Amino acid sequence: MNSVILHTATRLLMSLILMFSVYIMFRGHNEPGGGFIGGLIAASAIVLYSAAFGATWARQALRVPSMSIAGCGLFFAAISGVFSAFAGSPFLTGLWWIPHLNIEVHLALSTPLLFDIGVYLVVIGAIVTIALEMEEAED
Amino acid sequence: MENVLAIVVGILVACATFLILSRDLIRILLGIAILSNAANLLIFTAGRVTRDAPPLVPGDLEVPAGAYANPLPQALILTAIVIGFGLLAFALVLSYRAYVAMRTVDVDAMREAEPPYPDQSPPTGEDGRQTPLRRRGAAGTPTREAAQ
Amino acid sequence: MMLPAVISGFALGAVAPWVVRAVGARAHWLLAVLPAVLFVYFAGFLPGVAEGQVYRFATEWVPGLGVTLSFYVDGLALLFALLISGIGTFIVIYTGGYLHGHEQIGRFYVYLLSFMASMLGVVLADNAITLFVFWELTSLTSFLLIGFNHEESRSRRAAVQALIVTGGGGLALLAGLLLMGAVGGTLEISELMTQPEVLHGSPLYTAMVILVLAGAFSKSAQFPLHFWLPNAMEAPTPVSAYLHSSTMVKAGVYLVARMSPGLGGSELWFYALVIFGAVTMLTGALLALRQTDLKLVLAYTTVAGLGTLVMLIGLSAPLGYKAAAVFLITHALYKGCLFMSAGAVDHETGTRNPLELGGLRGAMPITFAAAALAGLSMSGIVPFIGFIGKEVMYEATLHLGPVGGVVLTIATIAGNALTIVAAGVVVLRPFFGERRKTPKHPHEAPVELYLGPCVLAGLGLLAGIAYPLTQDSLTAPMMGSMAGTMPDHRAAELYLWHGLKLPLFLSLLTLGLGIAGYVYWDRIRESLAATLRAIGWGPDLGYDQVIAGVEWLSFRQVRVQQTGYLRHYLIVTFTVFAAFVVWTLMTVGGGPSAFEMPAVRLTEWVALGLMVMGAGAATLVYSRIAAIAAIGVVGYAVALIFVMFSAPDLAFTQFMVETLTVVILVLVLMRVPLEVRAFRGLGARIRDAVISIAVGVVFTLVLMGVVQGDLDLRLSEYFAETSVPVAHGHNIVNVILVDFRALDTLGEIFVVTVAGLSTFALVRLALFKRKGGAGEGGGA
Repeated sequence: MNSVILHTATRLLMSLILMFSVYIMFRGHNEPGGGFIGGLIAASAIVLYSAAFGATWARQALRVPSMSIAGCGLFFAAISGVFSAFAGSPFLTGLWWIPHLNIEVHLALSTPLLFDIGVYLVVIGAIVTIALEMEEAED
Repeated sequence: MENVLAIVVGILVACATFLILSRDLIRILLGIAILSNAANLLIFTAGRVTRDAPPLVPGDLEVPAGAYANPLPQALILTAIVIGFGLLAFALVLSYRAYVAMRTVDVDAMREAEPPYPDQSPPTGEDGRQTPLRRRGAAGTPTREAAQ
Repeated sequence: MMLPAVISGFALGAVAPWVVRAVGARAHWLLAVLPAVLFVYFAGFLPGVAEGQVYRFATEWVPGLGVTLSFYVDGLALLFALLISGIGTFIVIYTGGYLHGHEQIGRFYVYLLSFMASMLGVVLADNAITLFVFWELTSLTSFLLIGFNHEESRSRRAAVQALIVTGGGGLALLAGLLLMGAVGGTLEISELMTQPEVLHGSPLYTAMVILVLAGAFSKSAQFPLHFWLPNAMEAPTPVSAYLHSSTMVKAGVYLVARMSPGLGGSELWFYALVIFGAVTMLTGALLALRQTDLKLVLAYTTVAGLGTLVMLIGLSAPLGYKAAAVFLITHALYKGCLFMSAGAVDHETGTRNPLELGGLRGAMPITFAAAALAGLSMSGIVPFIGFIGKEVMYEATLHLGPVGGVVLTIATIAGNALTIVAAGVVVLRPFFGERRKTPKHPHEAPVELYLGPCVLAGLGLLAGIAYPLTQDSLTAPMMGSMAGTMPDHRAAELYLWHGLKLPLFLSLLTLGLGIAGYVYWDRIRESLAATLRAIGWGPDLGYDQVIAGVEWLSFRQVRVQQTGYLRHYLIVTFTVFAAFVVWTLMTVGGGPSAFEMPAVRLTEWVALGLMVMGAGAATLVYSRIAAIAAIGVVGYAVALIFVMFSAPDLAFTQFMVETLTVVILVLVLMRVPLEVRAFRGLGARIRDAVISIAVGVVFTLVLMGVVQGDLDLRLSEYFAETSVPVAHGHNIVNVILVDFRALDTLGEIFVVTVAGLSTFALVRLALFKRKGGAGEGGGA
């Protein structure tokens, strides 16, 4: 679509929405949100971008093939379950590492977080693939 | 409240069924879209509904204080929504490819896998006549119009 | 030790083609080592079994279902195991000569050795399920053996026919065995056989007997299911010699004998076995005489022999068991020998037609000697085991009483006399008389082809001369298995000379009748052929008619069920669903008990109203854009419901998904036009509306019933209580997704990935094909 307003707004919104999606994903463990929702938000940002500039440019902006993002996510999710094997627990048991750097920063690293990142990437990758492929499909 | 939701689920299912029984592939897919919403709502209702009590543990507590909504069906539905979307998207693309290959979305005409028997008549009740709603294409040929 | 012994045949069979490739044309000598070793192993049980001991071996298999790999060695099982492994040894050797240079001989050994192992499993199995599994394995492997020359349509038909008849009988057997297991409380046959009163007292007794006998009769080719056996002569001769002398077809006899202590003793059992056995004996013996193919003559006499065995076991008396045991040995020895020598004659002369053969005794002296010995045993001449068998047989039938005894004795005399004629046809015709011109110039067969016949014929003589040994080690223990208790010495006694008594005169009468019959064989054959032509129908033709009927039925059924119209399937599915759920609600209950109008807030009414209106609009409008908008309304209204009822995560997700759904819908529908032809007529719309409303009502009723019942919240409470302490998360839903039930989620994101991948493939594949010039479409 050749609309100056859409183009400008999209450039602005795109980064905002993507940042928001990451935020939603990270806060998901304690507040409403998480990998599924974050992924959907990010995917909608990219779909918006492709609506404004076309699928070719959207692919350009992604830099990596969209299915690779999904594959990467699946890999993260699966690998997050393997760590527990070192602790002698069953597959996908959650492990937590909360370093006490100082009082101000509350940092919690865990395998469920890695898993949620995987979900996030899978949702982005798969949905963007479907949308972009449909947009480009020829009769 | 659950009783009212049950009635609404029933209405959604009835609408979805009517669409799925259609001859038009696209309407079948619309039916599937409604059906997946109805199914999610059904699971939600079966797990009982609670107003204004999200299943979140307040930040300073170990266990939720007071009543809270049943979290288990919510977790089930959340993935069901995403999967339902994946299924619908895939089915849409598949239908699109089927249309490209066969130039029709009339499921009665899609008989490549199961060709009609020589003496077989089409199912009864469908006269295949054109409704006066849209009469732009020539009679008997698929009309090629963009979405209305 | 027993399990490896039984399944070693499968193991060797699996590698047989490589053995053949490595060793070459002499592989059969190596492969025959296994059955020979097995024979020696089984022979080691003889002393113990002769004293009345039984051996049991059990390995757990499916303990939950009471299925064990249990094996049981008693007189009956041991005799069969010895025949199977012993004759199997010579069959393997014989194959090496008969199929010498055949390029598929490796494949043949695979089938043959697997068949041998299956057969050993049948006769040694104690657990009913184990027995059934091996039973069906014999059907399958014999199917492969009979169809070995699969390029020929006759072979294929014979193989399929044998499989259908014996496999179908196997299913009946399974049902019968399960009934016995249910009544007797155990699946171990040895235990079932110790409680005949329980089996007899059950109301299911008749069903058990009929089902078990259906299995046994189909396998042992009892009239009128005998037709598959002669047809199976399409197989190479080693198969015929093995399957139809001592193994496959004897499995039914084995089963009847095995079941006899538990199921036997009733009138049903007696009459079923005696009548079917006697009719089969006479039919087989008569039909044998009209054949002009050595193998077919032998095949029909096999049918007769099987009938005789079933009849003798059916007498349910010690004398009958004794006669059956002796005749079983007799028959296996002479039939195996004669099949193999007929094959040797065929191999050397190129024909199996007795009318074209003659005077071969000079050219093939060793084969002739073996065949002659076997023929004498078959005819029941002193001092062969066949003589003893016939004496005991007459004693058993005479013992039955005035009326039945006379009828049955006459039938037996007729059957035996006809068998003697057949023996003449098989032995005298080819070897005596003047030499005729045959397709090949005959020489003595190679050692592989006469080794087996010689040994088996010699054993037939030996078993007769050394009859006390036969009695103590073989027939008496087998009688014990059939009767349930070891017989005393008098009851089991065998003899060559019993004084000038009636059985001896009957034997002489039989011999005289047989010789007369042989002299007039040509006339008998022609009149039999004329009679059969006049009848013009037989069970073999009936089989074809049944198969044609089944095909017709399935064709009609497919026409009705598989119309190819998607809506037909869907209509049936929805209607059946609705009808069955309503039926369950009415008979079992579970529907809603009462309806109370709850307090619904105005905002909730709005959301619900939007949902209903959206769905209704999507159903009714034909404009694509309007339909998409309506679908969107439904989705957003569902999201609102999630918001109002404490599901923020769901609401979030639903909003996002609905947005993307609309985007994808628009993308697709932009390219797919409205199909005007696809509108439904009024009648169809009314019908569909009725179905849809019924389905919707069913959903509502079931859901109301569910929410008015109890809800088990233990799992939800567990998640809520452990979410923070164990999983460090305050959002319980998210914790369930990524921690408690992460494996489910992992599976679900797999699905999402696959959906994306499939879309990619669908679109890209089509593009690729187009660009590759492969024409349009194909992607769908």
